[in-house]
This record gives sequence, C-alpha cells and structure tokens, in this order.
Amino acid sequence: MRIPNFASGRQGESSVIGPGTSYDGASFSELLQVDYPHLAFDWSRYAGAEPLSVPHGTTVLAFKYSEGVIVAGDRLATEGLRVASRDIQKVYATDDHSMIAIAGAAGPAIEMARIMRIELEHYEKIEGQALELDGKANKLSQMIRANLPAAMQGLAVVPLFAGYDLRRQHGRMWKFDVTGGRYEEAEFESSGSGSLYARESLKKSHNPGATEREALEMAVQALTDAADEDRGTGGIDMLRGIFPTVIFCSQPGIRQADETDIREVYEEMIARRASDHGGAAS
Amino acid sequence: MSMPFYVSPEQVMQDKAEYARKGIGRGKSSITVEYDSGIAVMAENQSSLSKIGEIYDRIAFAGVGKFSEFDQLRKIGVRYADMKGYQYSRDDVRARALANSYSQAIGDVFTRELKPLEVEVIVAEVGDPELSGHEDNEIYRIQFDGSISDHRGFCVIGGSEEELASYLQSNFQQNAPLGEVLRMGQAALQRAADGQGSVPPENLEVCLLEKARNGRKFRRLSTDELRGHLSS
Repeated sequence: MRIPNFASGRQGESSVIGPGTSYDGASFSELLQVDYPHLAFDWSRYAGAEPLSVPHGTTVLAFKYSEGVIVAGDRLATEGLRVASRDIQKVYATDDHSMIAIAGAAGPAIEMARIMRIELEHYEKIEGQALELDGKANKLSQMIRANLPAAMQGLAVVPLFAGYDLRRQHGRMWKFDVTGGRYEEAEFESSGSGSLYARESLKKSHNPGATEREALEMAVQALTDAADEDRGTGGIDMLRGIFPTVIFCSQPGIRQADETDIREVYEEMIARRASDHGGAAS
Repeated sequence: MSMPFYVSPEQVMQDKAEYARKGIGRGKSSITVEYDSGIAVMAENQSSLSKIGEIYDRIAFAGVGKFSEFDQLRKIGVRYADMKGYQYSRDDVRARALANSYSQAIGDVFTRELKPLEVEVIVAEVGDPELSGHEDNEIYRIQFDGSISDHRGFCVIGGSEEELASYLQSNFQQNAPLGEVLRMGQAALQRAADGQGSVPPENLEVCLLEKARNGRKFRRLSTDELRGHLSS
C-alpha cells in the first residue's frame, strides 16, 4: 500500500511510507532524526569549537517516601557568577507517572525534558500502550548519549528521572551521566552543583517511610542546605515569592506541592533553626 | 496483433469507487457524537485492535474499513500532530489542517493507485471555552476518494451509514448528557448489527474527548465505566 506520507519532513519529494523511505517506528526523537534532521541539531559540526557560556541549572534531588517518589529542584540559573534567571523550572512531569529533573546547561536540558515528554506520549499513541518505567528510563539514557557531542562543548545534561512503577507498585529513580550511563538509586539522589550538600542533608534526614508532609520537609531542608553552601543554587526567595518546584509521584499519579505548603514548611524550619543555637544556624 | 483495450477514465473511477464502497460496507460502523461536555466516539468492535485513537491533546481519530490501512493513517496523523506541536506550539495542532492532509493523501491514492484505500476516517476536535477561536467542536469526515465534509452534532461512517445517520437525525439532541448519548449510540449501532439481538458493552469501543480535562482530553472508557454510564 502506498499512502503519501504527509507527516514526513520531506514534503517536496513524493515520499511514501515503507521500509527505508521514511521513519515508521514509535520513537519521536528517532522520527526527528530521520525525517526532520534540520530540527535535530547536529552538535558534532561544532567539534573543536570553544566551549560555550550558557545559563546552567543547579540543584535537583529525588528520594523515596511512603507513597512513592518525590522530586524537587531550586529555581536559579547562573551564567558564571551572574544570575541568569531566578525562576526557571528544572522539574518537569513527563507523563502522569514519571518526571524528569534537569541540571546542567539549561537550554539543552529543558529541550530534552520537552522531547522526553513528547517521546513518551508519542510511543503511547502509536503503540496504544504506555512504556514501562524501565523503558522510559532507558529511552532517556539514549537521548542523553545522543547529546554527548554537545556535552563535550560544555553543554552537558545530567538529569534525574523518577516515577511510580505501576507494575511493581513502588517509586523508583535513576541518575545519569553524560555518556548516558544510567544508575538506579534505592533511596535518594541529587544532581547539579549543589548536589553534594543536598545529598549530605538527605543522608541525615531521609526516611523512606515518611508521609507526604515529612517528605516535603526533607526536600525543603535539603535544598536550603544546598543553597546555603553552593552559590549556584537558589534558596527560597521570600522577597519575590519564588519557591522550589516539588512534585510528588504515587500510584494515582503526579501532584505538584502547593506554594503555601512550601512556605509553611520553610518558615517552621527557619524558626526551628533560629532557636536551635548552633547546628545548621551557625 | 492484439489491440490494447480502452477503458474510459469515468469507468476506471467508477470501478474503483465501487470496489472501495464494497470493502467499507463489509465492516462495522462508527459514530461520533457531541455531548454536553465533549465528544464521544463509538464503534462496534469485538477485537482488541482499536478503531479509535488519540491523535493529540484535543483531537481523536476513528477509522472504518480495512484495519491495516486506517491504522497506518492513524499513525501518520500522530506523527504529523506531534511534529507540528513540537515545531510550533500545542495550540497550533488543529483538526482542520489534519483532515485536509488526510483528504489530500487519501485522494492521491484514489487517483494514482490501482487499488484505492478501503477506508473512511473521522477527525474530531473538542472545543475549549478558554481559547478564543477554538470554542466549538469540529468533526470532519474523509471518504475513500478523499472527499471531505464537516459535521455538526454527529457523524456516522462505515457499513450501514445511511440507516444510522437517519436514526441519529431523529434522535440526536444538542447538549445531551453523556449517558444519554452513549445509550443512543448503542441503540444505533445495534440497528446496524443485523442478525444480532444486541450489542453488549464489551463489544463496544468508546472513547471520549472531555472538555474539562487538563492537557490531553482523550480518554478510553473501560467496559465497566461504559456499563455504568449506560445504566445511569
């Protein structure tokens, strides 16, 4: 059967669907590379060029709690020592049961989060069935690997991926390196310039049996600790009303934490630290 | 020496049309109906191979006729929509443009190829009261020869199209609740299923485009949910 493929990028030619002529699989990023190569940016052309200076996102973290998994990120983007943006988003829902938290070069990272969302939706529509959580993590690792030429130019994207595994009935999370290596974490993980401090904080406070509220407290605490030590990580900005992004993912789906709850948890924590002479306040 | 025989273009087109009509006529029908808070797409379907699918946030697809052909068209539609949404914005993905592209592609096959596509498809888009210029539902029907038409209220494709359309004509009411519309659809499809006493919920494929949902408006009803709506 020859059906003119109007979805193909090569509209000028009389392209038809069939093996070898045009992409016929279920992956959006592969469709992009095969039929729309002009939109899938080829970083290898810039090999050897000076590394670029672009805004970078900083601390994101993920950990398990009693209902599933929570992912949080601060809002600051920096370009060297300068603030590039105070309110960028680093945590994105990729579908109803998974999310991606990005650290690294903001531009490619946000684009990767966007393509990842379309990728999962595209697969689900073409195949009539959503990918398993493992499949989603694997797909993301391939996308990060494809970004390796850009990473060599200083545009590394090192996300966290987390979600609720509907088959196994519990939350799961993965960290990645620039080569696409993926590593599943059992309890908590953090990525970005402040990640060392966030991880140290979670090491002390993490409790996998925590309620949603306790999980929110742990997340706010870890982000505040990271912002305290790392100049690239933004703290909670009460003056401008800029709060971190915190998303819970459990069996019924994902839910973003209310700013009023974050504010409350933050103020309680500040009050506690102020009265607790020494410790974190010093 | 044998003479090359001559067949007039009219005859060729007529034969192709008859062939396509026959193919489509053998299959079961599919109904698309507006209700008070969205669009319902229904088909009699005993198999697990879907005749109705999600194209994009507000757009659904339904096909009748030869499965492999309309499913291929559905996939092309998904690629088209996802690509357009990626290149421009999610709001730029609209049913009319997609329906036009289907019309072109199907018409192209009808005129150029020996064998026409034995399919009819529906592209339905649910309106969004929040978006200016996008408030109304849109339903497009594309036939085997690429002819395209738009419909208000309801649209039938497939086998007993004329009979079902006249049934819906006399029973359709604007802004009816979902349960009522689904019962009407079931009754209509029942009329088309000749020789059978009834079309039970497990033999119906029903998908909705729900205005009130956030983001992706498309939802497939489970048999239990459908049963609940039919008896409500």
